[in-house]
Amino acid sequence: MTQTPLAALSQALITGGVECIDLTNTLSPDFPVIVLPAEFGQCAPFRMEKVSRYDDNGPAWYWNNISMNEHTGTHFDAPAHWVTGKDLPSNTVDAVPVQDFVAPAVVIDISDEAAADEDFVVTRAFLEDWEARHGKIPDRHWIALRTDWYKRVGTPDYLNLKEDGAHSPGPDGGAMDFLVHQRNCIGLAVETVGTDAGQAFHFDPPLPAHSILHGNGRYGLQCLTNLDKLPTFGALIVACPLKIEGGSGSPLRVIALVERAQA
Amino acid sequence: MTDPLQRPRRKDPLRRTTLGHVPPRLRSRAAMEMATHAAQGRFVLQTCESCDRATYPPRDRCPNCWGELVWREQDAGGQVAAETTIRHSTDTYFRNHMPWRIGTVRLDAGPTAIVHLHGEAGVGDRVNMVLKLDRGGNPALFAMPRGDVPNMQDDPQFRSFTADPKHRRVLVTDGRTDTGQAIARALLDAGAAKVFVGDCAPLMRFAGKQQLAALDGAELVPLDVTDTHSVGNLAAQLGGRIDIVINTAGQVREGGVAFGAKLSDLQAGLDTGVVGLMRLAQAFGPALGARSDDGVNSAAAFLDVVPVSGLSGQSGYSGTAASAAARLSLLSGFRGEMQKAGIRVMSVLTGPVDDAWHQRLPQPKTAPSHLARTVVAALRDGQEISCAGDVAKDLFARWRADPLLTMREENR
Repeated sequence: MTQTPLAALSQALITGGVECIDLTNTLSPDFPVIVLPAEFGQCAPFRMEKVSRYDDNGPAWYWNNISMNEHTGTHFDAPAHWVTGKDLPSNTVDAVPVQDFVAPAVVIDISDEAAADEDFVVTRAFLEDWEARHGKIPDRHWIALRTDWYKRVGTPDYLNLKEDGAHSPGPDGGAMDFLVHQRNCIGLAVETVGTDAGQAFHFDPPLPAHSILHGNGRYGLQCLTNLDKLPTFGALIVACPLKIEGGSGSPLRVIALVERAQA
Repeated sequence: MTDPLQRPRRKDPLRRTTLGHVPPRLRSRAAMEMATHAAQGRFVLQTCESCDRATYPPRDRCPNCWGELVWREQDAGGQVAAETTIRHSTDTYFRNHMPWRIGTVRLDAGPTAIVHLHGEAGVGDRVNMVLKLDRGGNPALFAMPRGDVPNMQDDPQFRSFTADPKHRRVLVTDGRTDTGQAIARALLDAGAAKVFVGDCAPLMRFAGKQQLAALDGAELVPLDVTDTHSVGNLAAQLGGRIDIVINTAGQVREGGVAFGAKLSDLQAGLDTGVVGLMRLAQAFGPALGARSDDGVNSAAAFLDVVPVSGLSGQSGYSGTAASAAARLSLLSGFRGEMQKAGIRVMSVLTGPVDDAWHQRLPQPKTAPSHLARTVVAALRDGQEISCAGDVAKDLFARWRADPLLTMREENR
């Protein structure tokens, strides 16, 4: 009998031929959130208030009330997050087709470039050169930008907010046009606090990742960790945001399925 | 001169901490009225509306003519007629503070009163009377020497009526603002042994951080009053060696009620100003209360810096004023709780501070340095309610005279 693809996957998960890698940072009050100029509304950090912990407020049970912004911690950006995506159909987390929550990823490693230049900008030319070396970016993939930025979590260098703004790597408008229109990506998945570069407000167009991704019904995944544990091709990302009515995004647990290297 | 207070040695870990008893608290409503004046630093006595005589102690009718009594500010002069030193008492508070000097003072205002005596005030001396609150929140007359007595504040008897920061360890909850930094500096100048300064985002730079960190006696500590874990963690670490908490955390945002207001601002403001205050009270209150009689650097006070607009509301800053109002309400409750433990809960009411969040308002605004001076003065005087800046003083005076009118005036 021929094994179905799902049965093969199930078997591989059981035998360990496929393993799951956690791409999620821990939600904690200390996890940094994006900081906007002070006159704008701010992103609420994660907070947890105990309701009871085997005490007079609940003798046998432990639970907490939690609060946060939709874009706190490792999170998903839906098209409605950006003004360019405001009129698209199915643009909020409750309406996004669930099929899109499971998608393969191609990992583009710019960790060396980002280490050398914290404002490193991914351009179309860079991507074409990358394809020449690694092969074409396949259709309907997450573009996972490995920067090793997650290793900066817990230090001021993660947000890297200087007096002239944040400094972190990201794509320019040409790269985003290429990824969205030529490579039909699912979205952009990054370790930094936003899909855009720290200085992207000064790009043309401003904040091209947000603008072009969401304007074309694509998604963002931010504040990921462990992208360095993924192969260039072949990882499958499972990223299911909470089904928040009319939500612009959601914190979520992101995992990647990867084939274990054969010994 | 008064012997200068020596910086206390570290605690003997084998010694049981002296429990913070408070002076007897069964007083009449008239005495409570006197306490409200003492809380504001006014020297008042009851005066008869019929015969114009001043009377003391507080009564319900004039002892001379049965006329109505009203509280009036009085000439604070007097002369000590007699003194005595108490060496035994059945009261638990005074037993721990023996010997205790009291005296009889002929007040220039008329009555003769039994008062607490400063160490440098004796029989025959002209004295300046001050009306203080004792550790239990009761009004008490205290005779201070006239003239410039060195170390006058250090008199141990007088010190129990204040929350003087000298030799004490203080927590300033938010050091990321000019106000927090000015207060930290002023406290060190006033002789605080240590000032812990809260930083709600240690990974994020702020103006003045280097200068603050370089201050001898100042130490930055992670503290975010919007995060229960953060407040609890700091209290767990430092609660037992913080003698004064000064809450400078708050969020000011423009906005009305129906117009120009953002609910997210209101929520964040309430969380910082109101829930934050309660988090601090819950985390630090018990530790303060357990150490209210712990020697020279006993725990002494919780002081909240709060916008005066909490009394009246304020057009254009309705959410900020609402947060301040809730804060004042919590402070009243907290004060009642802490009085039983011998800790002063104090408020410094401030007008708009001269900072980036009050840019649209005209002068006069309260300079952070002025606010800092007011905070230190409040602690040194043990004054429960103080106003920082002309706007706060004016609004407070109008509010005392007619609260409803002031609300209308402030919300036009």
